[in-house]
Amino acid sequence: MNQPYLAFLLLLGFVAFNAVLLIGLSHLLAPRKPTALKDSPYESGMPSLGSAHERFSVKFYLVAMLFIIFDIETVFLIPWATIYLNGAGSTGGPSTGFLLVEMLLFMLILAVGYVYVWKRGALQWN
Amino acid sequence: MSVFLVASAIKIIVVFTVIMVGVALLTLAERRICAWMQDRLGPNRVGPQGLLQPAADGLKNLVKEETLPAQADRVLFMLAPTMSFVPALLTFAVIPFATPLPTRWGDVDMVVADLPVGFLYILAFGSLGVYGIVLAGWSSNNKYSLLGGLRATAQMISYEIAMGLSTVAVLLIAGNVTLTDVIAKQSQSLFTWNVFPLSLAYFIFLVAAFAETNRLPFDLPEAEGELIAGYHTEYSAMKFSMFYIAEYSNMVTASALMTTLFFGGWDIPFTTWDNTPPWTILKTLATLTMFSAKVVLFLFLYIWVRWTLPRFRYDQLMALGWKVMLPLALTYVTVIATAIWFLHDGLGWTYDTRFALALFALNLVLAVPLFFVLDRGRIVAGSVVEA
Repeated sequence: MNQPYLAFLLLLGFVAFNAVLLIGLSHLLAPRKPTALKDSPYESGMPSLGSAHERFSVKFYLVAMLFIIFDIETVFLIPWATIYLNGAGSTGGPSTGFLLVEMLLFMLILAVGYVYVWKRGALQWN
Repeated sequence: MSVFLVASAIKIIVVFTVIMVGVALLTLAERRICAWMQDRLGPNRVGPQGLLQPAADGLKNLVKEETLPAQADRVLFMLAPTMSFVPALLTFAVIPFATPLPTRWGDVDMVVADLPVGFLYILAFGSLGVYGIVLAGWSSNNKYSLLGGLRATAQMISYEIAMGLSTVAVLLIAGNVTLTDVIAKQSQSLFTWNVFPLSLAYFIFLVAAFAETNRLPFDLPEAEGELIAGYHTEYSAMKFSMFYIAEYSNMVTASALMTTLFFGGWDIPFTTWDNTPPWTILKTLATLTMFSAKVVLFLFLYIWVRWTLPRFRYDQLMALGWKVMLPLALTYVTVIATAIWFLHDGLGWTYDTRFALALFALNLVLAVPLFFVLDRGRIVAGSVVEA
Protein backbone atom coordinates (compact mmCIF):
# COMPACT_ATOMS: atom_id res chain seq x y z
CA MET A 1 0.00 0.00 0.00
CA ASN A 2 2.70 2.47 0.99
CA GLN A 3 5.24 1.02 -1.40
CA PRO A 4 4.64 3.60 -4.17
CA TYR A 5 5.44 6.38 -1.72
CA LEU A 6 8.76 4.70 -0.98
CA ALA A 7 9.54 4.76 -4.70
CA PHE A 8 8.58 8.43 -4.77
CA LEU A 9 10.93 9.20 -1.86
CA LEU A 10 13.75 7.39 -3.69
CA LEU A 11 13.08 9.52 -6.77
CA LEU A 12 12.95 12.71 -4.69
CA GLY A 13 16.31 11.86 -3.16
CA PHE A 14 17.83 11.01 -6.53
CA VAL A 15 16.61 14.19 -8.24
CA ALA A 16 17.64 16.42 -5.31
CA PHE A 17 21.07 14.75 -5.31
CA ASN A 18 21.43 15.47 -9.02
CA ALA A 19 20.42 19.10 -8.55
CA VAL A 20 23.02 19.58 -5.81
CA LEU A 21 25.58 17.71 -7.91
CA LEU A 22 25.05 20.00 -10.90
CA ILE A 23 25.40 23.18 -8.83
CA GLY A 24 28.35 21.77 -6.87
CA LEU A 25 30.21 20.64 -10.00
CA SER A 26 29.83 23.98 -11.70
CA HIS A 27 31.13 25.70 -8.56
CA LEU A 28 34.19 23.47 -8.55
CA LEU A 29 34.91 23.67 -12.27
CA ALA A 30 33.92 27.22 -13.19
CA PRO A 31 36.31 30.14 -12.77
CA ARG A 32 35.18 33.06 -10.66
CA LYS A 33 36.65 36.51 -11.34
CA PRO A 34 34.11 39.03 -10.07
CA THR A 35 34.37 42.72 -10.87
CA ALA A 36 32.10 45.49 -9.64
CA LEU A 37 30.57 45.94 -13.09
CA LYS A 38 30.02 42.20 -13.61
CA ASP A 39 28.17 41.95 -10.32
CA SER A 40 25.76 44.81 -10.99
CA PRO A 41 22.24 43.82 -12.08
CA TYR A 42 21.80 43.75 -15.86
CA GLU A 43 19.17 46.33 -16.73
CA SER A 44 19.79 46.96 -20.41
CA GLY A 45 23.07 48.75 -19.72
CA MET A 46 21.49 51.56 -17.75
CA PRO A 47 22.94 52.28 -14.29
CA SER A 48 20.66 50.57 -11.80
CA LEU A 49 18.43 52.94 -9.84
CA GLY A 50 17.50 51.81 -6.35
CA SER A 51 16.56 48.31 -5.31
CA ALA A 52 14.12 45.96 -7.01
CA HIS A 53 12.79 44.93 -3.62
CA GLU A 54 10.00 47.43 -3.51
CA ARG A 55 6.27 47.25 -3.17
CA PHE A 56 4.43 45.95 -6.20
CA SER A 57 0.85 46.28 -7.39
CA VAL A 58 -1.85 45.06 -5.03
CA LYS A 59 -3.48 43.46 -8.09
CA PHE A 60 -1.19 40.47 -7.65
CA TYR A 61 -2.60 39.77 -4.19
CA LEU A 62 -6.10 40.08 -5.57
CA VAL A 63 -5.34 37.49 -8.25
CA ALA A 64 -3.83 35.23 -5.60
CA MET A 65 -6.93 35.52 -3.41
CA LEU A 66 -9.26 34.79 -6.31
CA PHE A 67 -7.06 31.83 -7.20
CA ILE A 68 -7.45 30.36 -3.74
CA ILE A 69 -11.25 30.57 -3.93
CA PHE A 70 -11.51 28.88 -7.30
CA ASP A 71 -8.73 26.38 -6.71
CA ILE A 72 -10.34 25.14 -3.51
CA GLU A 73 -13.53 24.82 -5.47
CA THR A 74 -11.71 22.63 -8.02
CA VAL A 75 -10.37 20.52 -5.18
CA PHE A 76 -13.94 20.14 -3.86
CA LEU A 77 -15.08 18.96 -7.27
CA ILE A 78 -12.46 16.22 -7.57
CA PRO A 79 -13.91 13.83 -4.94
CA TRP A 80 -17.37 14.64 -6.26
CA ALA A 81 -16.27 13.66 -9.77
CA THR A 82 -14.72 10.36 -8.71
CA ILE A 83 -17.94 9.03 -7.15
CA TYR A 84 -20.27 10.51 -9.76
CA LEU A 85 -20.93 7.32 -11.74
CA ASN A 86 -20.19 4.71 -9.11
CA GLY A 87 -21.67 6.16 -5.92
CA ALA A 88 -18.44 5.69 -3.91
CA GLY A 89 -18.11 2.19 -5.33
CA SER A 90 -20.70 0.59 -3.08
CA THR A 91 -24.46 0.12 -3.13
CA GLY A 92 -26.29 2.66 -1.03
CA GLY A 93 -23.97 5.48 -2.03
CA PRO A 94 -25.44 8.75 -3.33
CA SER A 95 -27.12 8.40 -6.72
CA THR A 96 -25.91 10.24 -9.81
CA GLY A 97 -29.02 12.41 -9.89
CA PHE A 98 -28.53 13.52 -6.28
CA LEU A 99 -24.88 14.32 -6.96
CA LEU A 100 -25.84 16.32 -10.04
CA VAL A 101 -28.32 18.50 -8.14
CA GLU A 102 -25.77 18.98 -5.37
CA MET A 103 -23.15 20.15 -7.88
CA LEU A 104 -25.61 22.48 -9.66
CA LEU A 105 -26.38 24.21 -6.34
CA PHE A 106 -22.67 24.50 -5.61
CA MET A 107 -22.02 25.96 -9.06
CA LEU A 108 -24.88 28.43 -8.63
CA ILE A 109 -23.40 29.81 -5.41
CA LEU A 110 -20.02 29.99 -7.06
CA ALA A 111 -21.44 31.74 -10.14
CA VAL A 112 -22.96 34.46 -7.94
CA GLY A 113 -19.54 35.10 -6.43
CA TYR A 114 -17.88 35.06 -9.84
CA VAL A 115 -20.33 37.61 -11.29
CA TYR A 116 -19.84 39.80 -8.21
CA VAL A 117 -16.04 39.71 -8.60
CA TRP A 118 -16.31 40.53 -12.31
CA LYS A 119 -18.76 43.41 -11.76
CA ARG A 120 -16.63 44.90 -8.98
CA GLY A 121 -13.81 45.17 -11.51
CA ALA A 122 -11.44 42.62 -9.98
CA LEU A 123 -10.87 41.17 -13.44
CA GLN A 124 -9.61 44.40 -15.06
CA TRP A 125 -5.97 44.62 -16.08
CA ASN A 126 -5.78 47.83 -18.08
CA MET B 1 10.48 -5.93 -0.81
CA SER B 2 14.08 -5.97 -1.99
CA VAL B 3 12.83 -6.85 -5.50
CA PHE B 4 10.59 -3.82 -5.31
CA LEU B 5 13.47 -1.59 -4.22
CA VAL B 6 15.78 -2.83 -6.97
CA ALA B 7 13.04 -2.49 -9.59
CA SER B 8 12.23 1.03 -8.36
CA ALA B 9 15.87 2.07 -8.37
CA ILE B 10 16.31 0.80 -11.95
CA LYS B 11 13.12 2.52 -13.09
CA ILE B 12 14.13 5.79 -11.41
CA ILE B 13 17.56 5.84 -13.03
CA VAL B 14 16.23 4.84 -16.45
CA VAL B 15 13.34 7.34 -16.43
CA PHE B 16 15.58 10.14 -15.14
CA THR B 17 18.14 9.44 -17.84
CA VAL B 18 15.50 9.21 -20.56
CA ILE B 19 14.00 12.55 -19.51
CA MET B 20 17.39 14.28 -19.34
CA VAL B 21 18.47 12.92 -22.74
CA GLY B 22 15.00 13.67 -24.10
CA VAL B 23 15.24 17.25 -22.87
CA ALA B 24 18.67 17.59 -24.47
CA LEU B 25 17.35 16.29 -27.78
CA LEU B 26 14.28 18.49 -27.44
CA THR B 27 16.39 21.65 -27.19
CA LEU B 28 18.14 20.57 -30.37
CA ALA B 29 14.83 19.66 -32.02
CA GLU B 30 13.46 23.08 -31.15
CA ARG B 31 16.38 24.84 -32.81
CA ARG B 32 16.38 22.57 -35.86
CA ILE B 33 12.60 22.77 -36.37
CA CYS B 34 12.65 26.53 -35.84
CA ALA B 35 15.39 26.79 -38.46
CA TRP B 36 13.45 24.54 -40.80
CA MET B 37 10.32 26.70 -40.43
CA GLN B 38 12.37 29.84 -41.08
CA ASP B 39 14.16 28.28 -44.06
CA ARG B 40 17.55 28.11 -42.32
CA LEU B 41 19.81 25.20 -41.44
CA GLY B 42 20.13 25.48 -37.65
CA PRO B 43 22.93 23.92 -35.59
CA ASN B 44 24.34 21.05 -37.68
CA ARG B 45 28.11 21.12 -37.12
CA VAL B 46 28.64 19.33 -33.80
CA GLY B 47 28.26 15.63 -34.48
CA PRO B 48 26.05 14.09 -37.17
CA GLN B 49 23.15 16.48 -37.91
CA GLY B 50 24.16 18.52 -34.86
CA LEU B 51 23.18 15.68 -32.51
CA LEU B 52 26.04 16.44 -30.12
CA GLN B 53 25.16 20.15 -29.88
CA PRO B 54 23.24 19.72 -26.57
CA ALA B 55 26.21 17.84 -25.08
CA ALA B 56 28.55 20.65 -26.14
CA ASP B 57 26.16 23.25 -24.67
CA GLY B 58 25.87 21.31 -21.42
CA LEU B 59 29.64 20.98 -21.07
CA LYS B 60 30.12 24.67 -21.81
CA ASN B 61 27.57 25.63 -19.16
CA LEU B 62 29.27 23.41 -16.60
CA VAL B 63 32.68 25.11 -16.87
CA LYS B 64 31.50 28.64 -17.60
CA GLU B 65 31.92 31.50 -15.16
CA GLU B 66 28.83 32.34 -13.16
CA THR B 67 27.78 35.82 -12.22
CA LEU B 68 26.18 36.56 -8.88
CA PRO B 69 24.62 40.02 -8.61
CA ALA B 70 26.09 41.97 -5.71
CA GLN B 71 22.75 42.85 -4.11
CA ALA B 72 21.21 39.42 -4.67
CA ASP B 73 19.92 37.28 -1.84
CA ARG B 74 22.61 34.60 -2.07
CA VAL B 75 20.78 31.70 -0.45
CA LEU B 76 17.56 32.15 -2.40
CA PHE B 77 19.55 32.81 -5.57
CA MET B 78 21.16 29.38 -5.23
CA LEU B 79 17.95 27.70 -4.11
CA ALA B 80 15.74 28.98 -6.93
CA PRO B 81 17.10 26.82 -9.80
CA THR B 82 16.89 23.76 -7.54
CA MET B 83 13.30 24.59 -6.61
CA SER B 84 12.49 24.78 -10.29
CA PHE B 85 14.48 21.71 -11.33
CA VAL B 86 13.32 19.21 -8.70
CA PRO B 87 9.50 19.41 -9.12
CA ALA B 88 9.88 19.48 -12.91
CA LEU B 89 11.61 16.11 -12.86
CA LEU B 90 9.39 14.64 -10.13
CA THR B 91 6.05 15.19 -11.83
CA PHE B 92 6.58 12.43 -14.35
CA ALA B 93 6.74 9.81 -11.58
CA VAL B 94 3.05 8.85 -11.55
CA ILE B 95 2.53 8.57 -15.31
CA PRO B 96 2.29 4.94 -16.51
CA PHE B 97 4.22 4.60 -19.76
CA ALA B 98 3.70 0.95 -20.76
CA THR B 99 2.00 -2.29 -19.79
CA PRO B 100 3.57 -4.23 -16.89
CA LEU B 101 6.81 -5.99 -17.73
CA PRO B 102 6.92 -9.70 -16.84
CA THR B 103 10.14 -10.71 -15.14
CA ARG B 104 11.35 -13.76 -13.26
CA TRP B 105 10.30 -12.01 -10.03
CA GLY B 106 6.77 -11.13 -11.08
CA ASP B 107 5.19 -8.32 -13.11
CA VAL B 108 6.84 -4.93 -12.79
CA ASP B 109 4.53 -1.94 -13.30
CA MET B 110 5.89 0.46 -15.88
CA VAL B 111 5.43 3.54 -13.71
CA VAL B 112 7.95 4.96 -11.27
CA ALA B 113 5.49 5.38 -8.37
CA ASP B 114 1.90 4.25 -8.88
CA LEU B 115 0.55 6.55 -6.15
CA PRO B 116 -3.13 6.11 -5.23
CA VAL B 117 -3.47 9.92 -5.32
CA GLY B 118 -2.22 9.96 -8.93
CA PHE B 119 -3.64 13.02 -10.51
CA LEU B 120 -3.66 15.10 -7.30
CA TYR B 121 0.09 14.52 -7.08
CA ILE B 122 0.51 16.02 -10.54
CA LEU B 123 -1.59 19.07 -9.64
CA ALA B 124 0.46 19.55 -6.47
CA PHE B 125 3.92 19.17 -7.97
CA GLY B 126 2.97 20.95 -11.17
CA SER B 127 2.28 24.10 -9.16
CA LEU B 128 5.41 23.80 -7.00
CA GLY B 129 7.57 24.82 -9.95
CA VAL B 130 6.30 28.39 -9.64
CA TYR B 131 8.21 28.79 -6.36
CA GLY B 132 11.51 28.45 -8.17
CA ILE B 133 10.48 31.06 -10.71
CA VAL B 134 9.19 33.61 -8.22
CA LEU B 135 12.22 33.10 -5.95
CA ALA B 136 14.53 33.60 -8.93
CA GLY B 137 12.74 36.83 -9.80
CA TRP B 138 12.83 38.11 -6.25
CA SER B 139 16.36 37.12 -5.24
CA SER B 140 18.07 38.51 -8.36
CA ASN B 141 17.30 42.09 -7.25
CA ASN B 142 16.75 43.07 -10.85
CA LYS B 143 13.57 44.87 -11.90
CA TYR B 144 13.15 42.79 -15.02
CA SER B 145 13.59 39.55 -13.09
CA LEU B 146 11.07 40.64 -10.49
CA LEU B 147 8.51 41.52 -13.14
CA GLY B 148 9.12 38.19 -14.88
CA GLY B 149 8.68 36.32 -11.62
CA LEU B 150 5.46 38.15 -10.75
CA ARG B 151 4.05 37.63 -14.21
CA ALA B 152 4.84 33.94 -14.07
CA THR B 153 3.08 33.55 -10.73
CA ALA B 154 -0.07 35.40 -11.76
CA GLN B 155 -0.19 33.54 -15.05
CA MET B 156 0.36 30.08 -13.63
CA ILE B 157 -2.23 30.42 -10.91
CA SER B 158 -4.74 31.87 -13.37
CA TYR B 159 -4.55 28.92 -15.73
CA GLU B 160 -4.17 26.34 -12.98
CA ILE B 161 -7.91 26.61 -12.31
CA ALA B 162 -8.97 26.02 -15.91
CA MET B 163 -6.55 23.09 -16.04
CA GLY B 164 -7.92 21.54 -12.86
CA LEU B 165 -11.53 21.99 -13.95
CA SER B 166 -10.94 20.48 -17.38
CA THR B 167 -9.58 17.35 -15.74
CA VAL B 168 -12.59 17.13 -13.42
CA ALA B 169 -14.45 16.09 -16.57
CA VAL B 170 -11.93 13.29 -17.09
CA LEU B 171 -12.38 12.14 -13.50
CA LEU B 172 -16.17 12.09 -13.99
CA ILE B 173 -15.69 9.31 -16.53
CA ALA B 174 -12.68 7.59 -14.97
CA GLY B 175 -14.15 7.50 -11.45
CA ASN B 176 -10.67 7.41 -9.90
CA VAL B 177 -7.67 9.72 -9.65
CA THR B 178 -5.16 6.92 -10.27
CA LEU B 179 -3.74 7.36 -13.76
CA THR B 180 -3.67 3.58 -14.31
CA ASP B 181 -7.46 3.59 -13.95
CA VAL B 182 -7.82 6.63 -16.20
CA ILE B 183 -6.00 4.71 -18.93
CA ALA B 184 -7.92 1.49 -18.31
CA LYS B 185 -11.21 3.33 -18.75
CA GLN B 186 -10.05 4.77 -22.07
CA SER B 187 -8.74 1.58 -23.62
CA GLN B 188 -12.09 0.06 -24.66
CA SER B 189 -11.91 1.40 -28.21
CA LEU B 190 -10.53 4.37 -30.13
CA PHE B 191 -13.59 6.49 -29.34
CA THR B 192 -13.33 6.00 -25.61
CA TRP B 193 -10.09 7.97 -25.70
CA ASN B 194 -11.16 11.00 -23.69
CA VAL B 195 -10.31 13.38 -26.49
CA PHE B 196 -13.55 12.24 -28.18
CA PRO B 197 -16.14 12.31 -25.37
CA LEU B 198 -14.42 15.33 -23.78
CA SER B 199 -13.06 17.27 -26.78
CA LEU B 200 -13.65 20.70 -25.26
CA ALA B 201 -12.04 19.68 -21.97
CA TYR B 202 -9.01 18.69 -24.02
CA PHE B 203 -9.04 22.08 -25.74
CA ILE B 204 -9.12 23.85 -22.35
CA PHE B 205 -6.40 21.60 -21.01
CA LEU B 206 -4.20 22.23 -24.05
CA VAL B 207 -4.44 26.02 -23.71
CA ALA B 208 -3.85 25.82 -19.95
CA ALA B 209 -0.88 23.50 -20.46
CA PHE B 210 0.76 26.01 -22.80
CA ALA B 211 0.23 28.73 -20.20
CA GLU B 212 1.49 26.54 -17.34
CA THR B 213 4.73 25.71 -19.15
CA ASN B 214 5.28 29.38 -20.07
CA ARG B 215 5.42 28.61 -23.76
CA LEU B 216 4.36 30.87 -26.58
CA PRO B 217 1.77 32.34 -27.01
CA PHE B 218 1.91 32.61 -23.19
CA ASP B 219 5.63 33.15 -22.59
CA LEU B 220 5.27 36.59 -20.99
CA PRO B 221 7.45 35.73 -17.96
CA GLU B 222 10.41 35.70 -20.34
CA ALA B 223 9.19 38.01 -23.09
CA GLU B 224 12.61 38.99 -24.44
CA GLY B 225 11.39 42.19 -26.07
CA GLU B 226 10.12 43.57 -22.76
CA LEU B 227 11.95 41.84 -19.92
CA ILE B 228 15.36 40.81 -21.38
CA ALA B 229 15.13 37.19 -20.20
CA GLY B 230 12.50 37.59 -17.48
CA TYR B 231 13.05 35.77 -14.22
CA HIS B 232 16.40 34.23 -15.26
CA THR B 233 18.02 37.43 -16.54
CA GLU B 234 20.72 37.27 -13.85
CA TYR B 235 21.35 33.55 -14.15
CA SER B 236 24.20 32.14 -16.15
CA ALA B 237 26.06 28.89 -16.69
CA MET B 238 24.73 25.81 -14.87
CA LYS B 239 21.98 27.59 -12.94
CA PHE B 240 20.58 28.92 -16.19
CA SER B 241 20.82 25.40 -17.59
CA MET B 242 18.74 24.09 -14.71
CA PHE B 243 15.93 26.53 -15.47
CA TYR B 244 16.18 25.48 -19.09
CA ILE B 245 16.02 21.79 -18.21
CA ALA B 246 13.06 22.47 -15.90
CA GLU B 247 11.18 24.29 -18.64
CA TYR B 248 11.70 21.54 -21.18
CA SER B 249 10.97 18.70 -18.79
CA ASN B 250 7.76 20.50 -17.86
CA MET B 251 6.91 20.35 -21.54
CA VAL B 252 7.65 16.63 -21.62
CA THR B 253 5.46 16.08 -18.56
CA ALA B 254 2.63 18.17 -19.96
CA SER B 255 2.77 16.18 -23.21
CA ALA B 256 2.80 12.90 -21.30
CA LEU B 257 -0.15 14.15 -19.25
CA MET B 258 -2.16 15.06 -22.34
CA THR B 259 -1.38 11.61 -23.70
CA THR B 260 -2.46 9.92 -20.48
CA LEU B 261 -5.59 11.92 -19.74
CA PHE B 262 -6.96 12.39 -23.24
CA PHE B 263 -5.22 10.09 -25.71
CA GLY B 264 -5.40 6.73 -23.98
CA GLY B 265 -1.87 6.73 -22.53
CA TRP B 266 0.01 3.71 -23.84
CA ASP B 267 -3.15 2.25 -25.41
CA ILE B 268 -2.81 1.04 -29.00
CA PRO B 269 -5.99 1.85 -30.94
CA PHE B 270 -8.10 -0.68 -32.92
CA THR B 271 -6.99 -3.64 -30.82
CA THR B 272 -7.49 -4.99 -27.32
CA TRP B 273 -4.42 -7.20 -27.59
CA ASP B 274 -2.40 -4.71 -25.55
CA ASN B 275 -4.98 -4.31 -22.78
CA THR B 276 -5.32 -7.89 -21.64
CA PRO B 277 -2.97 -10.15 -19.69
CA PRO B 278 -0.82 -12.23 -19.98
CA TRP B 279 1.76 -9.45 -20.20
CA THR B 280 4.70 -10.06 -22.50
CA ILE B 281 7.89 -8.15 -23.23
CA LEU B 282 6.57 -7.52 -26.75
CA LYS B 283 3.45 -5.85 -25.32
CA THR B 284 5.58 -3.66 -23.06
CA LEU B 285 7.76 -2.58 -25.97
CA ALA B 286 4.81 -1.96 -28.30
CA THR B 287 2.88 0.13 -25.76
CA LEU B 288 6.05 2.00 -24.79
CA THR B 289 6.60 2.89 -28.46
CA MET B 290 2.99 4.01 -28.77
CA PHE B 291 3.30 6.20 -25.67
CA SER B 292 6.55 7.78 -26.87
CA ALA B 293 5.08 8.43 -30.31
CA LYS B 294 2.13 10.30 -28.81
CA VAL B 295 4.39 12.33 -26.50
CA VAL B 296 6.70 13.27 -29.39
CA LEU B 297 3.68 14.38 -31.39
CA PHE B 298 2.65 16.80 -28.63
CA LEU B 299 6.21 18.04 -28.23
CA PHE B 300 6.25 18.81 -31.94
CA LEU B 301 2.96 20.68 -31.47
CA TYR B 302 4.60 22.78 -28.72
CA ILE B 303 7.47 23.73 -31.01
CA TRP B 304 5.20 24.26 -34.01
CA VAL B 305 2.94 26.65 -32.05
CA ARG B 306 5.93 28.52 -30.65
CA TRP B 307 7.27 29.40 -34.08
CA THR B 308 3.85 30.16 -35.54
CA LEU B 309 1.86 32.33 -33.13
CA PRO B 310 2.64 35.82 -31.82
CA ARG B 311 2.67 36.59 -28.09
CA PHE B 312 -0.32 37.83 -26.03
CA ARG B 313 -0.34 41.17 -24.31
CA TYR B 314 -0.42 40.74 -20.53
CA ASP B 315 -3.94 42.05 -19.92
CA GLN B 316 -5.20 39.86 -22.77
CA LEU B 317 -3.58 36.84 -21.18
CA MET B 318 -5.19 37.48 -17.81
CA ALA B 319 -8.56 38.28 -19.39
CA LEU B 320 -8.44 35.07 -21.41
CA GLY B 321 -7.66 33.07 -18.28
CA TRP B 322 -10.28 34.59 -16.00
CA LYS B 323 -13.05 35.69 -18.36
CA VAL B 324 -12.99 32.95 -20.99
CA MET B 325 -11.22 29.81 -19.76
CA LEU B 326 -12.62 29.80 -16.21
CA PRO B 327 -16.35 30.26 -17.01
CA LEU B 328 -15.92 27.95 -20.00
CA ALA B 329 -14.45 25.22 -17.82
CA LEU B 330 -17.14 25.68 -15.14
CA THR B 331 -19.96 25.56 -17.68
CA TYR B 332 -18.41 22.58 -19.40
CA VAL B 333 -18.22 20.56 -16.19
CA THR B 334 -21.90 21.36 -15.53
CA VAL B 335 -23.00 20.45 -19.07
CA ILE B 336 -21.00 17.25 -19.27
CA ALA B 337 -22.17 16.12 -15.82
CA THR B 338 -25.78 16.68 -16.88
CA ALA B 339 -25.20 14.77 -20.12
CA ILE B 340 -23.59 11.87 -18.29
CA TRP B 341 -26.48 11.79 -15.82
CA PHE B 342 -28.99 11.74 -18.71
CA LEU B 343 -27.21 8.93 -20.56
CA HIS B 344 -26.51 6.93 -17.41
CA ASP B 345 -29.74 7.35 -15.43
CA GLY B 346 -32.15 8.52 -18.12
CA LEU B 347 -31.26 5.98 -20.79
CA GLY B 348 -29.57 3.42 -18.57
CA TRP B 349 -26.37 3.16 -20.64
CA THR B 350 -23.10 1.96 -19.16
CA TYR B 351 -19.87 3.61 -20.20
CA ASP B 352 -18.79 2.19 -23.56
CA THR B 353 -18.12 3.31 -27.13
CA ARG B 354 -21.78 4.28 -27.72
CA PHE B 355 -21.77 6.43 -24.56
CA ALA B 356 -18.52 8.10 -25.67
CA LEU B 357 -19.85 8.76 -29.19
CA ALA B 358 -22.99 10.40 -27.77
CA LEU B 359 -20.82 12.71 -25.67
CA PHE B 360 -18.60 13.39 -28.70
CA ALA B 361 -21.67 14.52 -30.67
CA LEU B 362 -22.59 16.86 -27.80
CA ASN B 363 -19.07 18.31 -27.86
CA LEU B 364 -19.26 18.97 -31.59
CA VAL B 365 -22.58 20.78 -31.12
CA LEU B 366 -21.09 22.85 -28.26
CA ALA B 367 -17.96 23.66 -30.22
CA VAL B 368 -19.92 25.54 -32.91
CA PRO B 369 -21.24 28.34 -30.66
CA LEU B 370 -17.99 28.34 -28.71
CA PHE B 371 -15.70 29.02 -31.63
CA PHE B 372 -18.02 31.15 -33.76
CA VAL B 373 -20.01 33.24 -31.31
CA LEU B 374 -18.33 33.38 -27.91
CA ASP B 375 -15.45 35.77 -28.42
CA ARG B 376 -15.52 38.46 -31.07
CA GLY B 377 -13.01 40.67 -29.30
CA ARG B 378 -15.49 41.72 -26.62
CA ILE B 379 -14.02 39.80 -23.73
CA VAL B 380 -10.34 39.69 -24.55
CA ALA B 381 -9.86 43.39 -25.29
CA GLY B 382 -7.96 44.17 -28.44
CA SER B 383 -7.82 40.60 -29.69
CA VAL B 384 -9.77 41.69 -32.78
CA VAL B 385 -8.85 44.84 -34.67
CA GLU B 386 -11.84 47.19 -34.73
CA ALA B 387 -13.02 48.04 -38.23
